[in-house]
Amino acid sequence: MARRARKERPVQGAPTARDFKGDVNPDWCAGCGDFGVLSALQGAYAKLGRGNHDHLTVSGIGCSSNLPGYIRTYGMHTLHGRSLAVATGAKFANHELNVVVTGGDGDGYGIGGNHFIHTMRKNIDLLYIVMNNETYGLTVGQASPTTIVGEQTKSTPFGNLETPLNPVAMAIVAGATYVARAYSSDGPKLAELMYNGMQHKGFAFIDVISPCVTWKGGARVIFDYWKERVQYLEDHDTSDRAAALEQAVKTGHETQLGLFYHDTSRQSLNEMEPVLENGPIAHQPLGISQEQGDAIIEKMM
Amino acid sequence: MAKYDFVIAVGGAPGQGIDSVGQVLTRICARHGLHVFTYSAYQSLIRGGHTFLAARISSEPVANHGDKLDLVIALDRNSLETHLPHVVPGGTLIYNSDDVKAAPERDDIQLAPLSYKELSNDTDRKKIMLNVCMLGAAMKMVGGDLKVFEDMLTVQFLKRKGQEIVDANIGVARAGYEHAAENFTPFDTQFQKQEPALAVVDGNSAMAMGGAAAGVKFYAAYPMSPSTGVLHWMAANARDLGILVRQCEDEISVVNMVIGAAHAGSRAMCATSGGGFALMSEAIGSAGMMEIPIVVINVQRGGPSTGLPTKTEQGDLWQLLGASQGDFPKIIVAPTSIMDGFDTIPEIFNLVDKFQCPGMVLSDLTLSMGFTTFDPDTINWQPEIDRGEFISGPVELAGEYLRYAITDSGISPRAIPGTPGHMHVVATDDHDEDGGLISDEFTNPHKRRDIMEKRQRKMEGIVELLPPPTLEGPEDAEVTLIGWGSTHSVISEAAEMLTEAGIATDHIHFKWLYPIDEDAVNEVLSKSAHAIIVECNYTGQFARFLRGETGFKADGHIRKYDGEPFMPHHIADGARELLNSKTDLYVPYQEIVV
Repeated sequence: MARRARKERPVQGAPTARDFKGDVNPDWCAGCGDFGVLSALQGAYAKLGRGNHDHLTVSGIGCSSNLPGYIRTYGMHTLHGRSLAVATGAKFANHELNVVVTGGDGDGYGIGGNHFIHTMRKNIDLLYIVMNNETYGLTVGQASPTTIVGEQTKSTPFGNLETPLNPVAMAIVAGATYVARAYSSDGPKLAELMYNGMQHKGFAFIDVISPCVTWKGGARVIFDYWKERVQYLEDHDTSDRAAALEQAVKTGHETQLGLFYHDTSRQSLNEMEPVLENGPIAHQPLGISQEQGDAIIEKMM
Repeated sequence: MAKYDFVIAVGGAPGQGIDSVGQVLTRICARHGLHVFTYSAYQSLIRGGHTFLAARISSEPVANHGDKLDLVIALDRNSLETHLPHVVPGGTLIYNSDDVKAAPERDDIQLAPLSYKELSNDTDRKKIMLNVCMLGAAMKMVGGDLKVFEDMLTVQFLKRKGQEIVDANIGVARAGYEHAAENFTPFDTQFQKQEPALAVVDGNSAMAMGGAAAGVKFYAAYPMSPSTGVLHWMAANARDLGILVRQCEDEISVVNMVIGAAHAGSRAMCATSGGGFALMSEAIGSAGMMEIPIVVINVQRGGPSTGLPTKTEQGDLWQLLGASQGDFPKIIVAPTSIMDGFDTIPEIFNLVDKFQCPGMVLSDLTLSMGFTTFDPDTINWQPEIDRGEFISGPVELAGEYLRYAITDSGISPRAIPGTPGHMHVVATDDHDEDGGLISDEFTNPHKRRDIMEKRQRKMEGIVELLPPPTLEGPEDAEVTLIGWGSTHSVISEAAEMLTEAGIATDHIHFKWLYPIDEDAVNEVLSKSAHAIIVECNYTGQFARFLRGETGFKADGHIRKYDGEPFMPHHIADGARELLNSKTDLYVPYQEIVV
């Protein structure tokens, strides 16, 4: 693997996407959709204008979850399915950090499904980017929670019988306050959705169609498949939850892209938590005062 | 003055207010300056079934519920029948004569009937205050100060229920008190006030308080008996103390949130019981791999599986020893008393911060849900806080920063996210000094060896700092009782009983369980006589662990796995039996069945 010397690169002037390039080059298959997601994310970080050290990129396990190693921020490469829980803890400990969670469909919708639901319900101030390729790539191509009915994979050699999950509809119902779907090949739009998602105060979720070139019949087949299916939402009111859900559950040949739902009225849990009013708990002096201790004892007498 | 040592027990159905009467009783004793240890035996039911509480009251510090029941308050007929045989000869049984047609039969105790219907003028038909009325009678018989009793009823009920309820309770308390004055014989030895007045705490609250003192700023939990008291204390005090408390969707989320919070620079803790701990296992290994300091409390209950949710056991030792796949540095400690639980949390936080690894605290139901009294002046709210090699805030970076720099101690300075210039990735995959994944480097065997040895070197530093087990008792003992964790007091008392009876017995007790300093431990063990390991599980988990770590083989074993904690005589009887017979295992019979 190509590896460049690590040296300190303080950001001078406005940061560029290049400033967020990591020390290690991705080991993804040539043509993988995840490359588009990575560069869009580097662009979104740069546009936010903060230093590298102000961001924390958290992932789980899977091809796409290797992303924190390829980006120049603080990073955590956590257990399979647990990235949202870890990121929630980190955000609570230091809510001044911009915390972005990245991963795949197996990691987020399969093994991490319970955390996915509850992190949305609690409206934690995170951006969650799922690189959805409808397969388990790193374990060499089994059906995932988003694999379509009938598809033959190594774990469904006679065709998949299970109905795929609808992550966008699920996010709207579970309580996410910023819900979008994007396509890895449309970098500028993806970067814009990411940037707005980072700016959003609450749980922002982007399901990114990020085609797998290895387990889906090859690059030409899979990109042709998506190219003629994706289309952006038009004349859609993103503040209307019912309309968003209607769009999300629409069936048919096309797959809708863009921002489905954006609720700016609901506070994130971080904003609602009185304990965080004095600044990040990670910066607070440790322990309690004698007076606080005496007050506790008083109640025990 | 002779030592005062007296047990008041209360039996009844859930919903009859055993807990609140237990709290009032404990607080009355504490206000008298008397020491108390309270044990509750209950079932996993909100209504129905039977609950039982024993409060041992002493003029000296006490940390187990003892061997005898001097005064039993039976709140229902079931308790009357169940506990009639348990009252010590010369003791007293208070019961509600409205419940029974014929008086119970026992001529070696005082039977103390009262008619709650008459004493309450039939105004409390649901018998909500029967518990307080009977406690009033009990207080008269033991010489408790009625004014203190009334004050404690006010403390218990004023905030939550209002003055009217306080007055009604005081009314029935006085009625019970006066009824006893006229009809029952008081005990020979009476409450004697002592200074200072004491405070009352349960084991879970003590550990939560220890966490607050240690600087825990993030606490997460999923409710699970018998650990939930830690969550309740943290939640109640969160806003006053600036502690962020979260209830999560499952224990997997709990421990992963704690890892995230700890990585971002907070001292973070969680508590659960065995089943929840099993769910946390994988993440505990990830804290070892990423070198993130966390503290996980496991309050043991009877296992396996859902097991005995409301009963005690020391059955999770091997689960903690084996938690998560692979080898990684970790620390396991078992507090030896409720107030030791308070001190243990700051101690283990300093260790895990210094060595950047997970720390596990092994409590159990007996310790966590027991109540004890303590002198408020002895509590140290400002323990030493040492965060180890910790980098945060604006710092000058000299040269490059390697998160997992290979050092002689195995400790690599830890920078938290937000610190300029120290960006790095922490990974659950194995990695090199810089955090780069070894698994992606075609699994470089040399780097793997170096980083594994770096992590494991931390164990050498940990071992040096952990105190060896304690050795107490007579020098020329013929029997040595060996125990760990919550059984310290009950084993000590058994050793004293044996010594007084002419069998000189000493006591070796382990608090810091892992890692073990083989030489230091063997030096203590080499002083043992006929060695008997006492523990609350079926397979002798600690005996097997100790043998594996040190080669030490005990002469005998006393084990209990019926869900109830040891009483001192269980151990003393066991030691005698093991000395006099060829068997090497004694399993005590539990007399009080709830």
